[in-house]
Amino acid sequence: MATLTVNGEARTVDVDPQMPLLWAIREHLKLPGTKFGCGIAQCGACTVHLNGAPVRACSVPLSAADGGEVTTIEGVAGQDGALHAVQQAWIDVQVPQCGYCQSGQIMSAVALLRDKPNPTDADIDAAMRGNICRCGAYGRIRAAIKAAASQTPSRAAGGSNHG
Amino acid sequence: MGKWTRRGLIAAGVLTGGAFAVGVGIREGHRAPRLAGMVAGEGETLVNVWVKLAQDNTITAIVPHSEMGQGVFTAMAQMLAEEMDADWEHVTFEQAPAHEAYANYPLGKGYLLGDIRVPGLVADSLNGGMLRVAQNMSLQITGGSTAVRFTGQTGMRVAGAAAREMLVRAAAREWGAPAAEIRTEKSHLFHDASGRTAPYATFAAAAGAMSPPVQPRLKSREQYALMGQSAKRLDIPAKVDGSAVFAIDVDLPDMAYAAVAGPPVFGARVTRLDDAAAKAMPGVREVINEGDFVAVVADGYWRAEQAIAALDIAWTQTGRETLGQDAIYAQFRTDMARAVETGQEQRDVRSGDARGAAAAASQRVEAEYSVPYLAHAAMEPINAVAHVKDGKVDLWIGHQNPLGARDAIAKALGYDRHAITVHTCFLGGGFGRKSEADYPIMAVRIAQRFNHPVKMIWSREQDIRQDFYRPATTARVIAGLSEDNMPVSWDYQFVHKNDPVEATHIPYAIENQFIHFAETENPIRFGPWRSVDHTQHGFFIESFIDELAHAAQQDPVAFRRTLLVDKPRHIAVLDAVAEMSGWGRPMPDQRGLGVALVESFGTIVAEIVEVDASGAVPRVVNVWAAADAGFVVNPDGFTAQIESAVIYGLTAALYGNISVENGAVVQSNFHDYPMLRMDDAPAIAVRIINSDANFGGGGEPGTPPAAPALANAIFAAKGQRIRALPLAGGGRLA
Repeated sequence: MATLTVNGEARTVDVDPQMPLLWAIREHLKLPGTKFGCGIAQCGACTVHLNGAPVRACSVPLSAADGGEVTTIEGVAGQDGALHAVQQAWIDVQVPQCGYCQSGQIMSAVALLRDKPNPTDADIDAAMRGNICRCGAYGRIRAAIKAAASQTPSRAAGGSNHG
Repeated sequence: MGKWTRRGLIAAGVLTGGAFAVGVGIREGHRAPRLAGMVAGEGETLVNVWVKLAQDNTITAIVPHSEMGQGVFTAMAQMLAEEMDADWEHVTFEQAPAHEAYANYPLGKGYLLGDIRVPGLVADSLNGGMLRVAQNMSLQITGGSTAVRFTGQTGMRVAGAAAREMLVRAAAREWGAPAAEIRTEKSHLFHDASGRTAPYATFAAAAGAMSPPVQPRLKSREQYALMGQSAKRLDIPAKVDGSAVFAIDVDLPDMAYAAVAGPPVFGARVTRLDDAAAKAMPGVREVINEGDFVAVVADGYWRAEQAIAALDIAWTQTGRETLGQDAIYAQFRTDMARAVETGQEQRDVRSGDARGAAAAASQRVEAEYSVPYLAHAAMEPINAVAHVKDGKVDLWIGHQNPLGARDAIAKALGYDRHAITVHTCFLGGGFGRKSEADYPIMAVRIAQRFNHPVKMIWSREQDIRQDFYRPATTARVIAGLSEDNMPVSWDYQFVHKNDPVEATHIPYAIENQFIHFAETENPIRFGPWRSVDHTQHGFFIESFIDELAHAAQQDPVAFRRTLLVDKPRHIAVLDAVAEMSGWGRPMPDQRGLGVALVESFGTIVAEIVEVDASGAVPRVVNVWAAADAGFVVNPDGFTAQIESAVIYGLTAALYGNISVENGAVVQSNFHDYPMLRMDDAPAIAVRIINSDANFGGGGEPGTPPAAPALANAIFAAKGQRIRALPLAGGGRLA
């Protein structure tokens, strides 16, 4: 039995503590926005925030998240439903193509901007190189991160509402 | 198929004469109620197959393609809305059900059957490619960059124009005004003389009862208001908040999860299965030996995958257990040499006497190239959800050919195909892999053992190792240069002829050509991979043209230009990309510019790569691309496709390598099948040239020039000619 705060809500999951957080989120908490891509922390599709830090949920056992705060893509928007500046920038720059990797990309970008509200290209490289996009939207992801960074700093730097 | 044959549709009074192109005019209560029931919600009238008009005046484009990232729903909706004078703010899309009535090659089909009058306006859009696909009856395929070219031009636009005309006629009758006096704008009808106005929905029912026009008048380019605009993609909002539903996200009551293990050596079958450890795991429900694969069904996917890892499976010997990659290439060379020695070349193109001209030429240039197998590695691993109950199958899947998948399941497993319903979801990438029928059939084979639904998910390792691969191929090219350094012959030999047939052809005016291939066994299963045969032939041809330019001591752009006789569109894209890149400018040490030009799927793309070749692995700094697709419906969406295709092509050129050892695919996941990432992604600039030629494709044509442009840039940077891919990982670029 693990107890988590997921997107601001207390949740319990009664499964094998060795189950990766990814599958607990998808199959037991029924939050399918976090994606399975590789299972070995190589692609970033499963990126969520655990206690504020971006992690690859496919490679974090549930036991390691017990008692922690988890934010998924479903919890990035404001309580009022207003999109996070990163999400809005993703729309403005028309980033997604197939869209499958974008939950993870957005989670990585949100964490980046919270830590570095005005990231350099090198910062973006370092924060985003763990997220593969087979549609090759890298140039647009970079542009959208910069667009989000240029929004009011408090909003962009505010990060997720729950992380 | 029953009343849903083409003739049945015509008999329903929906498709008369040449109106096949217009689509189906239908509404609730129509004599074609089954179709109406599939797409018409309460209070809606279905005006024809490709457009649905709701009572709130919302217009829905019903798109018979799958969305795998290419923005097809938006481009299709734009084409429909343009002709319909629709209010774009109230246009949405819907995936067409997997049903013959939505087959996206109705025109080609009718044309072939010979008893359908094709409207003159759209007959121009018919070409060999479309007819070929139609002949295969491969309905509803998303691939071959066909959406805008065929479905959009011959379906959506005609449907939109027909719908508008029918609405105008309905209003004219009701208002007692001549149709010519009624104008349309933003989904409203206006009769200025009487001051009457009404939303389209007012006349939806009346229009739906009318027979569609035989030849709806399409707009000319000067009249376009939506086409040519960068409308925001309709599918993107759901892709930034996690709400977009891919097949892997489908969640059904009582659903179980399956993981699978396929044979390491293709074609092997299970001889022995020890599943004691797997069965002892909590949550494991069943271990299934299907002979050609093993599945574990469990309460959750993670447990199912763990149980797969705990299985001890022995496989039959296929005779390929010692096969290695070097032997495969050696076989290609042997078979190519034998074909020439014995005169058994399979002829592709022959004009003049290439060998005689080469023998007489003042300079002879010869090179051999090879490319490896490639996996698709879409971000969403292969998966499907199947529920078999009472002899009926429901399948939730991301597939490029949902009707084909349905028919393949019916044929393989003995179902009536009408007992199978395919629910198409968003595809988390496809690139050709998801046009294959293997995984839909597997999902149903597993699920038919249970009363509850089963979600089958492949591990990334299965996804890489059980793919249908871009084939490894080898080509040998021999050309002769005349005394004035012009090529007089082109002798081009390769292995594996697939599609498109013209992928081996060259745009260059070389008098003597012999393009031919050798039959050889390629033991690894083949599948279409973004741009199919153009990937390898683009690399071979454009690399060798570059070699010829250097042998002729000419600038690679100028050399190509000279050979592009009567090819003004090719020259225009070449000039554009040269201008964008500052071609000819002095470059720092170890930096170079390389160019390549490939026409594929009706679109001509020239790319120039700027490379920094100072490191062990070359770094692509910039890519410039110019593209002529005739007319681009959504410039930003098209630009995104070119950017995507460039990255896809560069990824393969730099890293892409699937190799075979001991008869099995070596690579398994992103650590050994690496991808281009953010920190090595180049800046990409795209220029669109609207030449007004026939519409070309968008999804694939950006891929083929990327690899040769990179290889040519490396030659410019350091004088090293790249004749084998990939550049990294294989130690080929010391």
